[in-house]
Amino acid sequence: MKAGKKDYLYKIICIVTIAAGIAAIVSALILDFSGSKSNIRGPMLLIGMTALIFGIFRLPCKKHRQLINIVFLFPLVFAFTVTVIIPFMLGIFYSLTDWNGIKFTQFLGLKNYIDMFSSMDYVYSFVITVIFTVCNMLLVNLLAFMLALLCTSKVRGRNFYRAAYFVPNLIGGIVLGYVWQFIFNKVFIILIPGSLSMLADANLALVAILMVSTWQYAGYIMMIYVTGIQSVPKDILEASNVDGANGFQTLRKIKVPMIANTFTVCIFLTLVNSFKQFDLNFAITNGAPSRILNGKAIQATEFLALNIYKTAISKNEYALGQTKGLVFFIILAIISLTQVTIRKKKEVEL
Amino acid sequence: MKAERGRTIAAEIICIILSIIILFPFFLVVVNAAKKSADIIINPISIPAKWSHIFSNIVQVINNQNFSYWNSFFSSVIITVISLTLLSLFSSMAAWVLVRNKTKWSDIVFMLFVSAMVIPFQVVMLPLLSTFRRISEFTGINMLQSYQGIIFAYMGFGGSLSIFIIHGFIKGIPYELEEAARIDGSSPEGTFFRIIFPLLKPVHVTVLILNGIWVWNDYLLPSLMLGLNGKIKTLPVAVTSFVGSYVKQWDLILTAALLAMLPVIILFLFAQKQIIKGMVEGAIK
Repeated sequence: MKAGKKDYLYKIICIVTIAAGIAAIVSALILDFSGSKSNIRGPMLLIGMTALIFGIFRLPCKKHRQLINIVFLFPLVFAFTVTVIIPFMLGIFYSLTDWNGIKFTQFLGLKNYIDMFSSMDYVYSFVITVIFTVCNMLLVNLLAFMLALLCTSKVRGRNFYRAAYFVPNLIGGIVLGYVWQFIFNKVFIILIPGSLSMLADANLALVAILMVSTWQYAGYIMMIYVTGIQSVPKDILEASNVDGANGFQTLRKIKVPMIANTFTVCIFLTLVNSFKQFDLNFAITNGAPSRILNGKAIQATEFLALNIYKTAISKNEYALGQTKGLVFFIILAIISLTQVTIRKKKEVEL
Repeated sequence: MKAERGRTIAAEIICIILSIIILFPFFLVVVNAAKKSADIIINPISIPAKWSHIFSNIVQVINNQNFSYWNSFFSSVIITVISLTLLSLFSSMAAWVLVRNKTKWSDIVFMLFVSAMVIPFQVVMLPLLSTFRRISEFTGINMLQSYQGIIFAYMGFGGSLSIFIIHGFIKGIPYELEEAARIDGSSPEGTFFRIIFPLLKPVHVTVLILNGIWVWNDYLLPSLMLGLNGKIKTLPVAVTSFVGSYVKQWDLILTAALLAMLPVIILFLFAQKQIIKGMVEGAIK
């Protein structure tokens, strides 16, 4: 009987908490909608929401399990909706208007898309991004695979080398980009007497970014290959050794086919990440130098991510920047869909 | 046998040369952080004349208004630590609900999270800024240039991958465990916090490392939300703001770079294995 009474009291406390929470939220919203600038409306909303969630979390009732499910899902789903889903939807709409970052005055239809594809700097940026992505993917994977073979052979101090090759990947592209800007501008010109900085030449600057990107990324991809190579069963390798296969034959006929999946993962990972390259591009060249194309000066090393950023933030053309962002997304979505399709196909074959 | 020894030695020599090339930029940073600006121009590869000069450079950089090392260091720490804690907690909770409730809705929510991994930051960043500005004006809770705003954003952007990884892990935990707890009278939230959550430790390490490296090194999100000269700065933003103000002062810029790198390098020395493992696992899944 006593326990029953206690439960009852407990339930009432929960209901009161929930009611207080709802009251706080409603009054905060009333203040918001009435245009009040009162300072307490923010904290009131937060406290109200916390009270509401906590009350529901503690409320003893028959549907307790369902309520817990909602409470557990709420924080992340809420953050995800506000930061990803809503901006994404808004973005699609904004790309069809003359949005200036704050408001829009008219609906333009596909005008932004037409403007974008008919502007020279965007098409150029698109082309060099694709070239960079493909070259970087090939270089990173080639180097990473060779490093992985070295680091899984019988050399002493393998673990040290693995860690050493991995280090550049730990540090952000911004900091590394500035360091490399220094190396290109101050160190290389002294190491190679009489040479100019690579960053001053439109083509060599692209090569420079490619170099740094490969340097930064290869160690990471190497570790994925190392994990793959280590998963090849030892007895198969021993059997091939007994049968008299040499190192190259073992590599070509056994290791490579057995880690085909790792290759797919690494290739798509580098494709996506090279395509999204921003930090190094921003810190090493920030788009410079310029190049004359059809009598117009264009930034020679401005990849798409940087182009989007500059269109919106520097040139204040928000709607156009948003449109470019959407096309950027569509290309990445196509790459990812291709990967999923390949994966499904392989699973069927297995 | 002899040929094999020869090959191993050749491989070792290649390994040593490669590690020298790969680590050379770090050598340059340390060496030139201990020089005067004029000495760098003359010879950027030499060993510095006086190593102790590195301290005067460090003091100068730490006291600089644009860099304000300790402020940005602690801002970075606060943002990273709180985002990671909330992310691991909330994504474990959400992933657990999504795994253990086989309804149409849980499948839809999970698919939404997974497909959102494709969305690049560039496509949402501009509307995100305007949405956050609206929220700030409407509710009076400052979402731009504040800790709560950027941490909230990291929860939204990091949630997809975290839920995906933890979801896969929880699927491998036998359901009998939870049933047994329920029969013993445990409430669902008690079962989660006392039985499931402790079991998630290995996957939490992966999630913490993947998100940690990302949040710590991220530039675009904090630079847009906090601003280059705002009150709160993360380390990458502070470095950029510092470089912007000292165009040709390479001694100070490299010292700033060194200070920005140091925390991660120290962490790596202590937790090398876990970091490499975590980052590889995150990529394969």
